[in-house]
Amino acid sequence: MKFLDEYRNYSAVRQMAQAIQRVAKRPWTLMEVCGGQTYTIVKTGLQDLLPRGITLVHGPGCPVCVTPLEMIDRAIATALRPEVILCSFGDMLRVPGSTQSLLDAKASGADVRIVYSPLDALQLARANPNREVVFFAVGFETTAPANAMAVWQAEREKIPNFSMLVSHVLVPPAMEAILGSLDCRVQAFLAAGHVCMVMGYEEYVPISRKYRVPIVVTGFEPLDLLEGVLMAVEQLEDGRAEVANQYARAVRRSGNLPAQERIAEVFEVTPRAWRGIGEIPSSGLRLREAYRRFDAETRFAMDIDRVEESRECIAGLVLRGLRKPFECPAFGTRCTPDTPLGAPMVSSEGACAAYFHFGRRKEDGHSIVSTATAGH
Amino acid sequence: MAILSCPLPRPATDRILLAHGGGGRLTNQLIESVFLSAFSNSALESRHDGAVLSASGTRLAMTTDTYVVQPLIFPGGTIGDLAVNGTVNDLAMCGARPLALSAGFVLEEGLAMEILHTVVAAMREAARVANVPIVTGDTKVVDKGKGDGIFLNTTGIGVVVAPKPVGPESVRPGDAVLVSGDLGAHGITILSVRDGLEFEGPVSSDTAPLWAPVQALFEAGIEVHCLRDLTRGGLSSALNEIASVARVRITVEETLIPVSDVVRGACELLGLDPFYVANEGRFVIFVPESDAGHALEILRSQSVSAGAAQAGTVHEDRSGIVTVRSRIGGHRVLDMLSGEQLPRIC
Repeated sequence: MKFLDEYRNYSAVRQMAQAIQRVAKRPWTLMEVCGGQTYTIVKTGLQDLLPRGITLVHGPGCPVCVTPLEMIDRAIATALRPEVILCSFGDMLRVPGSTQSLLDAKASGADVRIVYSPLDALQLARANPNREVVFFAVGFETTAPANAMAVWQAEREKIPNFSMLVSHVLVPPAMEAILGSLDCRVQAFLAAGHVCMVMGYEEYVPISRKYRVPIVVTGFEPLDLLEGVLMAVEQLEDGRAEVANQYARAVRRSGNLPAQERIAEVFEVTPRAWRGIGEIPSSGLRLREAYRRFDAETRFAMDIDRVEESRECIAGLVLRGLRKPFECPAFGTRCTPDTPLGAPMVSSEGACAAYFHFGRRKEDGHSIVSTATAGH
Repeated sequence: MAILSCPLPRPATDRILLAHGGGGRLTNQLIESVFLSAFSNSALESRHDGAVLSASGTRLAMTTDTYVVQPLIFPGGTIGDLAVNGTVNDLAMCGARPLALSAGFVLEEGLAMEILHTVVAAMREAARVANVPIVTGDTKVVDKGKGDGIFLNTTGIGVVVAPKPVGPESVRPGDAVLVSGDLGAHGITILSVRDGLEFEGPVSSDTAPLWAPVQALFEAGIEVHCLRDLTRGGLSSALNEIASVARVRITVEETLIPVSDVVRGACELLGLDPFYVANEGRFVIFVPESDAGHALEILRSQSVSAGAAQAGTVHEDRSGIVTVRSRIGGHRVLDMLSGEQLPRIC
């Protein structure tokens, strides 16, 4: 298939892996930021092709994983109101809140629907004037333009029964939070290609300078990821720390300006709590005053208890690249995709789920193991 | 960096979730914890697509299936031909020639008669193609809102023609794993016309009766060890069930498994994996490696399995797992589906 097979080509991939072998003289730890990249790495067994000294740790770029518990509880409480149709992207449905998930809420009668676009939710609102349609807006800069567009459209058409539960997060502040923590292991980043497609990569330049860390904007196919690794390792070996663009076929330095304008028109930057990480300043988006009447949090004001999170799950450490999923004592035993303790075990982009499904338990070489399916 | 942990464990589910019907891990748990323990007997415990029973020296296969698809009419088929083909195929997977079917209808008040006519006509045509009569039936009507247009059950009996037992317990290390054609067309078709997820594409359901290629394999004297149709849960669930019962390791090559560009494209866009997507006219065949070439020739001579390919092999390893060698030469486990396959965010 065109535009896919070229980037999964066996001999091209092997050549790129050999180039990394030639360049890498010392051990390096790189973080791929986006959960989509983690998924490709684990699904294709990409780590099998890297030199032993190169460690890929998995970043916080799984929108489902970092959505705070309280926000999921709020979505569930909203969905349980009889007048509400709650719309969400698919993999949000299985994430456990403090007592249940949206799928559980659906089983007990809530009207919860999967949509592919917030504009589909808007269409539902038009078609169901007697119901309140709430779209659960999670995600990074990648999903923000379409979500902004839906609110902008709702305002233009004066659609009264549409609102949005906003839990948007921004990538660069999270990268800074990781770099700024004392126990940071990350020596270079593979930045999330699709986020940069929207936002460009100007804002990474000061981060790269301040922390002396190479940042390579990277795509999502195996060849993209290997080339991203190569470009980062070349810099590390040379002692350079620059922002580079591997994903030039999709990403421009300035990004997608009309999309940025739409985001800026509808949303403003706000502090945001990240599940497993904590509150990060200026790391989220919320609706601007002019669009606040589309804010579901205001429209359905409800007290949501702040819930103490369990000590057992190490999602926070996994999301910051400090631990691999299999280093969690609950991994694959008390925590599985059917009975997740933490969000990274839920989404296909979550590092724990990817490790569980694809049977990756240890770092070295051919790491297919039987224990991933034992006991089921 | 305040909170470094995750939520409290949630209690085991106390309600039926949609995923209990998804054909993956929860379905298996439901079968094991509720149905097998209640109805325990040797035919049921074989966990095959149908039961094989002996009656006066004749080996009969019996199977039942209930269909709840939405929409009722979709590109390439209707709930009616799906129900006929599905039960014919479950018999075929037992190595049995279909003898007769029953049909049980649960109709919802208000259903357009025209839709019922269309569905029944499709059933008649499917039964004609599969050469099996529908010999008994039942109809119930429920209040509006208590059904989903039509729920349809078909039960089938067939005569086992396989000379030796066909099933996971007959799978041996060294067996070749054949797939009868490209995967995922049915699941992607249903997704493409389902409310809220409409997209356009030249894709239609693969629903088809599979007895003809199975019969051809037996008539040619191929030593068939196991047959399994790839319905809910797709290739992955079928291979995992077989590997776990046979206590072997199955390896498949990603590049050898046929998937059409349309299905691949849709899966890439929607964040789905074609190995987990449902089929209604595809099956896997386990034969000794020495028979693989001949079996492929026979399969490819039948229109319904013209795209057959060898996808992998069976290895001596009691782990009961399935592994895939990826396009780029890496390895991973192909796990059973957990819950429903849900489209991801970005």
